Amino acid sequence: MSLLEVQDLHTSFFTSAGEVKAVNGLSFRLEKGKVLGIVGESGSGKSVTAYSVLQILTHPGRIVSGSIRFRDEELVGKSDAEMREIRGNKISIIFQDPMTSLNPTFTIGNQLEEAILLHTNRNKKQAEERAVEMLKLVGISEPEKRIRQYAYELSGGMRQRVMIAMALACEPDILIADEPTTALDVTIQAQILELILDLQKKMGMAVIMITHDMGVIAQICDEVIVMYAGSVCERGTADAIFYHPCHEYTKGLMRSIPDMNDDEKKKLIPIAGTPIDLLHMPPGCPFAPRCDRAMKICLQEKAKEYWVGHNHLSACWQNIRDGICSTERPEEEEEEA
Amino acid sequence: MSEKKKLKNPLSLQIDPDLFREATEEEKKQQVTMRESISFMRDALRRLRKNKIAMISLFVIIIIALIAFIVPTFYPYTYTKQDVTAQNLGPFQYSAKEQMKIDKGISVFPHIMGTDNLGRDYAIRVIYGTRISLLVGIFSALIVIIIGIFYGSISGFFGGKVDMVMMRIVDIIYSLPDVLIVILLSVAIKDWVSTSKSELIARLGAGMVSIFIVFGLLYWVSMARQVRGQVLSIKQQEYVLASRAIGASPARIIRKHMIPNCVSVIIIIAAMQIPSAIFTESFLSFLGLGVSVPMPSLGSLASEARTALRSYPYQLIFPALAIFLIVLSFNLLGNGLRDAFDPKLRN
Amino acid sequence: MATESTAKAFTPDPEFLLQVRNLKEYFPITTGFMKTTMLKAVDDVSFDIRKGETLGLVGESGCGKTTIGRTILQLYKPTAGEIWFKGKKIDSKESLREFRRQAQMVFQDPYSSLNPRMTVADIVAEPIDVHKMYTNKKDREARIHELMNLVGLNTEHATRYAHEFSGGQRQRIGIARALASQPEFIVCDEPVSALDVSIQAQVINMLEDLQARLGLTYLFIAHDISVVKHISNRIAVMYLGHMMELASANELTKHPVHPYTVSLMSAVPIPDPKVSRRQQRIVLKGDVPSPLKVPEGCPFRPRCERATEACAKTCPAMREVAPGHFAACHNL
Repeated sequence: MSLLEVQDLHTSFFTSAGEVKAVNGLSFRLEKGKVLGIVGESGSGKSVTAYSVLQILTHPGRIVSGSIRFRDEELVGKSDAEMREIRGNKISIIFQDPMTSLNPTFTIGNQLEEAILLHTNRNKKQAEERAVEMLKLVGISEPEKRIRQYAYELSGGMRQRVMIAMALACEPDILIADEPTTALDVTIQAQILELILDLQKKMGMAVIMITHDMGVIAQICDEVIVMYAGSVCERGTADAIFYHPCHEYTKGLMRSIPDMNDDEKKKLIPIAGTPIDLLHMPPGCPFAPRCDRAMKICLQEKAKEYWVGHNHLSACWQNIRDGICSTERPEEEEEEA
Repeated sequence: MSEKKKLKNPLSLQIDPDLFREATEEEKKQQVTMRESISFMRDALRRLRKNKIAMISLFVIIIIALIAFIVPTFYPYTYTKQDVTAQNLGPFQYSAKEQMKIDKGISVFPHIMGTDNLGRDYAIRVIYGTRISLLVGIFSALIVIIIGIFYGSISGFFGGKVDMVMMRIVDIIYSLPDVLIVILLSVAIKDWVSTSKSELIARLGAGMVSIFIVFGLLYWVSMARQVRGQVLSIKQQEYVLASRAIGASPARIIRKHMIPNCVSVIIIIAAMQIPSAIFTESFLSFLGLGVSVPMPSLGSLASEARTALRSYPYQLIFPALAIFLIVLSFNLLGNGLRDAFDPKLRN
Repeated sequence: MATESTAKAFTPDPEFLLQVRNLKEYFPITTGFMKTTMLKAVDDVSFDIRKGETLGLVGESGCGKTTIGRTILQLYKPTAGEIWFKGKKIDSKESLREFRRQAQMVFQDPYSSLNPRMTVADIVAEPIDVHKMYTNKKDREARIHELMNLVGLNTEHATRYAHEFSGGQRQRIGIARALASQPEFIVCDEPVSALDVSIQAQVINMLEDLQARLGLTYLFIAHDISVVKHISNRIAVMYLGHMMELASANELTKHPVHPYTVSLMSAVPIPDPKVSRRQQRIVLKGDVPSPLKVPEGCPFRPRCERATEACAKTCPAMREVAPGHFAACHNL
């Protein structure tokens, strides 16, 4: 039994201009204590996936079909009251912008205590103690003083630490981090990533890291899902994705990232074209119009996910043509040198 | 490669190998659709047309305006003509004299809304009242647009001390009570109006002239504030910075960047101003501060009807219904315009 | 270079296209009732840019890198300091008018930098219109099409509005506008930060191609060090309005000497799991102080592990630690 199992998730936004298929048939499993990265560009559906799991989609978005099982318990179809029991308690989320996710009219202590009181049977005093303890845990100095401060009195990195403290106050099983470091500077990003990894090990929780930055993925993730325009391109262990990418989009993405350790100036190889209009989704692979190796079949039909390695699935017609994929999961291979 | 052979190929052999040939650029391009080109104005109007309530309101306003401005040109009764034999008739009733004419076979135009206590046809009086109301609305919208844009954009663009002084003036005007000023002004200009050579001014009366003056003096402030706010936020936009980096003059920046981006605010505020002006005029006329007799206004008609409310309730219902329809339609249209033009709701 | 005394009259070097000397940009900020504090966004910065080179400017938010770009283009009036362009000092109205044509800017936000009520043709043609650089309508249109082709835009889209384009295409429109007045020098203020990775590469390649074809000189401002490293010949590192280190791109990323640059480089996430696991990260303690309260002495001192008493007393000046490698630190 996996901690979280998502099967064939479809989430759409029903706008006045038509249906936008934000997530289009996503499946994954998340095991206890693992860090799963979801990487993709804007409009790839990575954040919508997270919101679907927590069912905090805003109108006009809704889950069309699929199943989300948390500890073998189906979440799709649960009432809002039932979901509230899970949100913040079993599955927590931190957002990109810590300023807008904190209420400016309450002290951070108030907000932390509220989160604690909501899900545990601690009393007011115990909740305050827990709040101080949590702030200490996320590396905030003088926590007794900080709980009486307001969000605007803290810096961006500090606020993100408070958000993490709030998310972890009830010791959730899963922490979803939706671009937690995008709004932060590099040195602060390093602090926050280190903190998340450190707490993940201490508390033994699983983390879903949503980001557009392949560098962040490489730094902290065990497993990776690569998404493009609502569809999964490939998923597998971080090493498999980085060293043996099996989807044309992932390969193109790797080629277009400048290499820091490169002495000579090599030209980047960009992916041609512009992102697809989600309102006019083509029938085939969403990446096909930009893919320089696209085949006729790519434009007609979306490839299914097939195994390309022991821990590696990919949905690309190239693999099928080259015969390097299988319907059955292959045996574990020995790590190549 | 020997390992790979162990993998079971999911591809059944029946699939046409032709499908695995490389796709041409044209084939790829066919899948990329660019949305049709559309300007902001046309896009907003398209959204307005989709809004049923706003379109119905617009239709109602057009009908009312047509009636108010065209019907009096051929209507057989005038709003001043009294007929003592036909006092307080109900809708579609005829006086004894008119009944005699009908009996003789002479056709008589019916009093659609009856007559008032002086025997004047009520329908034409309500139509004239509506006309006054619409004129007040249009006039105040014009004033608001002209003074508001000019004042607001100057204040916002130059900022600093200029902005400070200009906005304090706005604050002062904002705090003046409009009803009180209308009363004081109408007393003050009474003599001037009654001796005025202009027939129009004399006919409108001191009350109405002061309403127009007060609207002109006071009503543009909210527009000025909104335009200033908009200009201040546009000033922060990088395209204004880009224009400055190119070396464009302030006049060019105001003309090319500021005003076109204020259009939505201007349209929305002007549309919202109309019903509020109409309502204020009706309210002042109801208190007896508006048009002078015999000129009717929806407010004064309602006020006169009050005395005989029990016997002739229709004399209140018709003008009240007209005010209700006009103000409601303008408000709903204003809401529709706001939804259509507000860039925040754009995707 | 920065150590050169201001008292000595400055003589421009023809090797450099742009020379900035002791540039200061302070903003008065209202901090309380009737109380203003000076925000020292840029404090005593000097550097030179060679003709045809790209100077990268990196630093974290609030370090003053955007302000430098805007001050050079005279969008803000410099508080103090001199800007020399092609051997001429930019100080009079005439020199500024000519400078405005020869120096242009590409902005970060591809959404707010294009007027939503103007067509692509009008946006691209704005510099041509302002400087009256055309003889007739046909000429103007030909210029617009030439510019759109130059940045890889379909000329059929000239009558469309900016909001109909994707981020990458909008940035191309912004670049076409910057090129319209045939400038020699372009300040690129985070031109790819708002773009997706795959589109980023398109725009970077295009900027490189344009530089080669038109002989442009760039000041490339960004916070993403791998992007700056890729496009720049030399890189300058800023912290709290001060320049900390300046060296060639390879030298600075491989052998940084300033403690701040060292930790900055180690914090950059490398998109390679094995390298990333091996990477020794120096995680800096604390946050960047507010630019309203820049610490006395060296601005980096409170977060620096090697800080000594000398660091608290005086602000270190830039000095050459290796040929062409400058750093501002007392402990080198």
